[in-house]
Amino acid sequence: MRRLIGDPVALLAMLVLATLALAAAFAPLIEGAMGLDAEAVDLFNRLTPPSPEHPLGTDELGRDLLLRLLEGGRVSLSVGISAALVASGIGTVIGLASGYLGGRLDAALMRIADGVIALPLLPLLIVLAAVDLSKLGLPPETAQSEAASLIRLVVLVSLVGWPVTARLVRASTLSLRKREFVEAARALGFSPWRIALRHVLPNAMGPILVAATLSVGNVVLFESVLSFLGLGIRPPTPSWGNMLTGAQELIWEAPRLAIWPGMLIFVTVVSVNLLGDALRDRLDPRTARR
Amino acid sequence: MSRFLAGRLLQTLFVLFVLSAATYGLLGLMPGDPVDLLAGANPDITPADIARLKVLYGLDRPIWERYLTWLSSALQGDFGYSRLYAQPVLDIVSDRLPTTILLIGLSLLVALTVALPAAIMAARNPGGPVDRAINLLCFAGVSVPPFWLALLLIILFAVTLGWLPAGGMSSSSGDGGILDRARHLILPVVTLSAATVAAYTRHLRSALIEVLGEDYIRTARAKGVPERRVMTRHALRNALLPVVTLIGLDLGSLVSGALITETMFSQLGMGKTIYDAVMGNDYNLALVGLLTAAAATLIGNLGADLAYARLDPRIVYSTEPGA
Repeated sequence: MRRLIGDPVALLAMLVLATLALAAAFAPLIEGAMGLDAEAVDLFNRLTPPSPEHPLGTDELGRDLLLRLLEGGRVSLSVGISAALVASGIGTVIGLASGYLGGRLDAALMRIADGVIALPLLPLLIVLAAVDLSKLGLPPETAQSEAASLIRLVVLVSLVGWPVTARLVRASTLSLRKREFVEAARALGFSPWRIALRHVLPNAMGPILVAATLSVGNVVLFESVLSFLGLGIRPPTPSWGNMLTGAQELIWEAPRLAIWPGMLIFVTVVSVNLLGDALRDRLDPRTARR
Repeated sequence: MSRFLAGRLLQTLFVLFVLSAATYGLLGLMPGDPVDLLAGANPDITPADIARLKVLYGLDRPIWERYLTWLSSALQGDFGYSRLYAQPVLDIVSDRLPTTILLIGLSLLVALTVALPAAIMAARNPGGPVDRAINLLCFAGVSVPPFWLALLLIILFAVTLGWLPAGGMSSSSGDGGILDRARHLILPVVTLSAATVAAYTRHLRSALIEVLGEDYIRTARAKGVPERRVMTRHALRNALLPVVTLIGLDLGSLVSGALITETMFSQLGMGKTIYDAVMGNDYNLALVGLLTAAAATLIGNLGADLAYARLDPRIVYSTEPGA
């Protein structure tokens, strides 16, 4: 961590991410301070240009764009981080099992991982996202609720995200299991799971951290695409992705509405990717650029 | 080799079979079935009519039975009718597949044309200013949300400058000639190739840097081969190998990208067709569209593996692929 601060690009990326996260976290306070409400519709002030009262102007329903962006950031960032955690968690368990236990399980799991990586995922995700949960036996209120759509999104994105982590964790597990301290643990008669969790996992934390960081970027991108297509976060709850859906139709009148949310997605994903890349360079000197 | 090929083809068929069953099951879980939609459109419909229609459409039978019926007619070449377009599904797919293939093919071409010189420039002096600038651009390329890039391009080139059309396949006033079509393809191809250019450049750059450290490069330089020739004849040829694999692996994301691009720019290709079919409850079309996309991707993968073996004499595929 301390060495990362020495890298100007990584430092800048961390600062940008911290600012975005703080702004999103304190969105309700900022709302209060501005005396505005992100949900407040004001049809007399539709699509107004930036003004002291509305620093970034208003959207097609007269809502303050800045506050919508902050609220959207809360949703997009929390979905991004939680789905990345779930995906890396699944990937870590599968990678550990695959690499440590080996054999047919390894072959089967890695074949599935390759399959997931190779298939055209977006068309498949669209089908999954369109499934009506009430037909699975959930009560309609639960199926239609905001929480259900958030959880569904996290599940969907995790389904896509695990293979990358699984491959990385498997690779480092394979090299770790040949090391003396693992041999020693095995000689002491510890169970495979204990060895995998207590001895292999802590030593594989580096690649896991890199994979988790990089997957945050991918997840934020995927969430925005799904929400943009109307299959992720549904309005009126704002997310950076679904704010662009409405903006698309107003592109001739107010291109501003299309620029801001996308800019925030882009800045977030670039920062996360640069940070992940810097982490990888620090942790694995072989891939260092200089 | 032929046993390897047969094995891989069988595997592909198996994946498609699993995918068709899974998708069929999922489509059954989508909101509203065709009868609900008919009933919603007709206020005079009675519950008895609905029940009769459900029997007529076979919706009263369990889903696995319906799937088997679908599978057996699909195996005989009958993929059913599209509800949205009232045409045989196969006609729509064969009508729209070329658009997507053209879009993806052009994007691959653009990606390679840009990535090759970019990677060579970056690899000439790793860590230098050119390399760092190209590296940052690559990060931008992989991080930009494709639909937002599409919006930005539309704002710049269609709304502000008015140089290029904002969408569609051809202009209604135009002569429908190839130039008109090309004008409508520029923005979609740029959108679709952005992420691919970035990914190829990064991989090719690191492959080049690795190859440039090899002994045979030093030998070539020592015997006085000009640097240009070292780069193109000795280094690039070997560095291109991993890119062949990458093209195969990347096909899936290109198909995903095509869905976004076609939707954003109203190109009537497979991606937009799948999206519209899923959103419009057109089960037959959605299913066949998805399977076509998956099949094309898997076959492309296989093609890349075969090309790799052809290009690199060290690779010999045994009957156990990927082992």
